[in-house]
Amino acid sequence: MNDQPANLTDRETNQFFEARKKVFPRRIDGSFRRLKWVIMVVTLAIYYVTPWLRWDRGPYAPDQAVLVDLANRRFYMFSIEIWPHEFYYVAGLLIMAAIGLFVVTSAVGRAWCGYACPQTVWTDLFMHIERFVDGGRREQYKLDDAPWGPKKVAKRLTKWTLWLLVAIATGGAWVFYFADAPMLARELFSGTAPQTAYFSIFILTMTTFIFGGFMREQVCIYMCPWPRIQTALMDDQSLQVTYKHWRGEPRTRGIKRAKAMQAEEVDASSLLPPGDCIDCKACIAVCPTGIDIREGPQIGCITCALCIDACDEVMRRIDRPEKLIGYTTVEDEKLAMAGKVPEPPLKRLLRPRTLIYFAIWAGIGLAMLFVLGNRSRLDIDAGQIRNPLAITLSDGDIRNGYVIKLRNMEQRPRDFVVTVEGIEQAELWTDLQSRAEATRQIRFEVPADSVARRTLYLAAPAEGPERSDILFTVTALDDETATASAPTNFNRTGN
Amino acid sequence: MAEHKEIDQPTGTEKVGHEWDGIEELDTPMPRWWLWTLYATIVWGVAYTIAYPAWPMIEKASDGLLGWSSRGDLHADLAAEEERRAPMTRAIAQIPIERLPEDSELLRFAVEGGRSAYKVNCVQCHGSGAAGFPGYPNLNDDDWLWGGDLQAIHQTLEHGIREPGNRESRYSEMPAFGELGILNRDEMNDVVSFVRVMSGQDSASNASRRGQAIYDIQCSSCHGADGTGNRDLGAPNLTDSIWLYGGDRESLYRTVDQSRYGIMPSWGNRLDPVTVKMLAAYVHSLGGGEELVEQDDSTEVDTNTDDAPDPVTQNERPAG
Ligand code: SF4
Ligand code: SF4
Repeated sequence: MNDQPANLTDRETNQFFEARKKVFPRRIDGSFRRLKWVIMVVTLAIYYVTPWLRWDRGPYAPDQAVLVDLANRRFYMFSIEIWPHEFYYVAGLLIMAAIGLFVVTSAVGRAWCGYACPQTVWTDLFMHIERFVDGGRREQYKLDDAPWGPKKVAKRLTKWTLWLLVAIATGGAWVFYFADAPMLARELFSGTAPQTAYFSIFILTMTTFIFGGFMREQVCIYMCPWPRIQTALMDDQSLQVTYKHWRGEPRTRGIKRAKAMQAEEVDASSLLPPGDCIDCKACIAVCPTGIDIREGPQIGCITCALCIDACDEVMRRIDRPEKLIGYTTVEDEKLAMAGKVPEPPLKRLLRPRTLIYFAIWAGIGLAMLFVLGNRSRLDIDAGQIRNPLAITLSDGDIRNGYVIKLRNMEQRPRDFVVTVEGIEQAELWTDLQSRAEATRQIRFEVPADSVARRTLYLAAPAEGPERSDILFTVTALDDETATASAPTNFNRTGN
Repeated sequence: MAEHKEIDQPTGTEKVGHEWDGIEELDTPMPRWWLWTLYATIVWGVAYTIAYPAWPMIEKASDGLLGWSSRGDLHADLAAEEERRAPMTRAIAQIPIERLPEDSELLRFAVEGGRSAYKVNCVQCHGSGAAGFPGYPNLNDDDWLWGGDLQAIHQTLEHGIREPGNRESRYSEMPAFGELGILNRDEMNDVVSFVRVMSGQDSASNASRRGQAIYDIQCSSCHGADGTGNRDLGAPNLTDSIWLYGGDRESLYRTVDQSRYGIMPSWGNRLDPVTVKMLAAYVHSLGGGEELVEQDDSTEVDTNTDDAPDPVTQNERPAG
């Protein structure tokens, strides 16, 4: 099937599009296949189970361990709670995720694509379902070519139903990250869940169904931008799946043919000794993207290493050393061709490029941990009312107004006292009081996990500088060390 | 370029003719599904403009088959919002204005509602920050011509000041001492001198001493012997630092000569009772609001403030 140049037939029949060539990879077993199984189980388990983990935060906060609470604008992750004004933590996590991919890619190539990418994981799962329903590679091709009949319809319907179930479970799990999972689950089944929940499930179900079931490698090759970026992150010392053509070429045809060629006693000087590749095409048959790795590195290869498993099996059978196809670097490949010993893997991993990426990644992580560990769960903002700026009172004093925001990020209601520094004889009162009740400090109770917004008035004698720097300070009554402050001004002129 | 096509030997694909560092671009066709996706988006685009308002016509744009309009959306949203606020507005309608501060949640709601009503109805005279202009009182300060507690502010808002034809409107008029020929130039100058001494802007002089005698006869009945004014008459306090028309000699002279007073419309005629209450709460919250002075019989205080006679306790008000 791969004898034809890739695009020729379509080119001749139709100028405008290329029909997708269906890929039905053969089942294979081997060390990399088993690694893929483990990663699939672990990642899927994390995805499906996480929303159901509980985490006790007291009576004023949800008890879901990981929760993106859009309505109340909170992000909970185990013991960490993120407020909207702390969104830089989330930004930091996203940056770390990106740089983490840089680290991995520069060290071990497209490992993300081959093992952990959701597109890969779900496609893999869908392929297993397909094999379970339709049978092995040969049967799949036969069934695909067969005309529609009762048997084909039955098999297709079974397969699609199974796919759809997986897809619904996938889309369904996603919404649980955004609401209390047990409650939402009950609402979903009783039909009372919010519209957005059903809509999100529908969209994610359809994308999973179509991407995992039908588009598969087309997503990787045509839609995903990541392979193009990865190319720039890799160099001659990054690991990639490579066919060692110096060992494999020239190919022979089957085991017998190889033996026969040796027996023919041809002129050894005119012919290269036969290579290890017996051109059995096992590596092509198992490839989920349907490419021939022997053509060299290419964008279609997601480095899933299934071809390594396949070829190793063949090599074991014909009694040749394994790893005719293997993980190696371009540099090692050059050394091996020259008959030298490849560098130790550790030396390949620890090189300036990977170390710099790692240092940046770890630096951001440590900085975030440090800030997170030292962050205060109390915050004050003081915004001066500028229209009007300064008001003359009947006794000649000057009054300024401020809008104070107190953020109590603890999971309990707290009493706070707000004071002002930087101005003598300051009198403070709120917009719900009169000046007769003015004091030097104002007490507020702020409910658990919320922001209190209050207007404060500050009066002081007219004599003094036109503009003084002042500082509003908030202190918790139950813990004097819990304090925060916000600088602003007191203006004696201006309107 | 289109004439002689070059074919890439290994793949059999046509070349585009571009080359960078030995890397050539091939004219690989799009996948079929992608081509169909493109067609589908075109169909979608056309259908969308038929379903929703889009095509410009002579009078207006096409209505769209679904009958959707952004104005309709807005109306629905406004109705829903009104529905949401109903419990609060009903509670405000029922509670007498002076009891509003007892429920801080309700008070906050009233202040915020008043803030937006102010922006629509009051900024024209009192300014967007309520700082006023000469002749239009500054609502942020603590000087009140007719009283600064919630009831007094509410009464002013409800019935206005000097509104013709409104019997309950607050009313007073200062005589135009010069124009009416009550005082002559020198006398008026003397009175001005005295007022400036009273407010602590000048120190006593012969003129101010002469002015004091005139003040005692002509002015003290309204502004008080000590000049602190009279709120029942809307007579300003002349001893403080706040001047509605200016406290300099020239402004004071003109005030005595011609008499100056403003007119405020009664908002009870134009706005619903809840909005008027919310406006009073907002104005009261601007920093100069005074505490209600309890009268002898506090149950009779509330005469003209609301339409619902039975006061509602906090418990009866639905949470919202
Ligand atoms: S599986 Fe190995 S031996 Fe078989 S074709 Fe591929 S490279 Fe050659
Ligand atoms: S060529 Fe090998 S490593 Fe690459 S995608 Fe195919 S099977 Fe996976």
